[in-house]
Amino acid sequence: METEFLNLIKEAFEIEDRMLDMADRFKEFDEWDSLTQLTLIAELDEKFGVVIKMDDFKNITTLLDLYNEILSRKA
Amino acid sequence: MAFLSFNGVGIRGLAAAVPAHKIKNRSYTEYFSAEEVSEIVDKTGIEERRFAEAGVCSSDLCQAAAEKLISDLEIDKSEIDLLVFVSQTPDYRMPATSVLLQDRLGLSKQTMAFDLSLGCSAFVYSLSVVFSLVQQGTIRKALLLDGETRSRAYYPKDRRVAFLFGDGGVAALIEKNEKYGQSFFSLNSDGSRGDLIKIKSGGYRFPSSIESIQERVVDDHGNISTDEHGAMNGADVFNFVIEEIPNDINSILDKAGITKEEPDFFVFHQANAFMNGYLAKKMKLPVEKVPSCIREFGNTSSVSIPLTMVSQLKGKMEGSKKVLLCGFGVGMSWASAVMDFKDCWISELVEV
Repeated sequence: METEFLNLIKEAFEIEDRMLDMADRFKEFDEWDSLTQLTLIAELDEKFGVVIKMDDFKNITTLLDLYNEILSRKA
Repeated sequence: MAFLSFNGVGIRGLAAAVPAHKIKNRSYTEYFSAEEVSEIVDKTGIEERRFAEAGVCSSDLCQAAAEKLISDLEIDKSEIDLLVFVSQTPDYRMPATSVLLQDRLGLSKQTMAFDLSLGCSAFVYSLSVVFSLVQQGTIRKALLLDGETRSRAYYPKDRRVAFLFGDGGVAALIEKNEKYGQSFFSLNSDGSRGDLIKIKSGGYRFPSSIESIQERVVDDHGNISTDEHGAMNGADVFNFVIEEIPNDINSILDKAGITKEEPDFFVFHQANAFMNGYLAKKMKLPVEKVPSCIREFGNTSSVSIPLTMVSQLKGKMEGSKKVLLCGFGVGMSWASAVMDFKDCWISELVEV
């Protein structure tokens, strides 16, 4: 599940040149912009069936935070 | 829930007018690099848009479309009893543009004329209003004019919105005739999301001022805009679409008593290719039933649904057709309809 999540992030952000870590602060990635946000939203809906509003992202810093948020919303 | 149904009212014909002036997005690089613009175009699928020349308003585009439609259908203007103009880019704050169009089109002084202000949901919304009035029985012919010059509503230095919007105007002739079967409408609103797409200044809450016309940096990415131009939270607009639109479509199909397989076409508001593509995929709709004109005209707000029909469905509307329409956007406001078309006339696209 965690691997699936990291693959989803790499795909959404089109990251090919590096490995991701759950501690990464993804909003500081160069790739985090209004275009990749659209892909991320589609992926989260398609793969996990969750919708996370941009306001809620304010409290989400690392990939682990995002992962936990997804899990809590799925539950 | 607001759900309406009609019997024996239909759209007899549609015409559309777009400015002749084409903007090719990949070479629209005054403020952003070609590489950056290409990334945006790859995602949104918007290659070209039409920009109205200075001095040309939505109403001028609508007027051109209306004249074309009236001439093609050989309509006696004295039989037009209702004119509704739908836009958020009117000629003036007052008077209402519809009233000016009554005169410019040479319609009778007995014409009922008024404006409706909604964005991307407006075509479907206003159809439901016009259908209600026409079903009443005494209005012989109704003209629904829907136009936008949204290219001017967004600032070219804000990359989140600078490459999306285009201009256009349409005309629809609506009549009562027993040949038309039932049509069904679902109308919705959510003002709690009013900030997702907004032009803050220029109304009466925040009147235009020296401050409102000043450029300022509006986000962490260095985008520049003013309070007189549209701001859009695209990510949450997409979240809204995912949360509300599939449900609304399923609900209108249910009310119409048909399955997803039955409509001949699904005509969606043209937001951008990514969002529309995802919506169609999520709804598992066959590509050939989902016409699109986003590539050549961009997002034209309320005009996009009828413009898609005029530019993509000419020659495909003969006989009896069931078409699902769905508009969604600024408000937030959204509306879906299942409509029965009988030999709907589609005029050649007019360039102004």
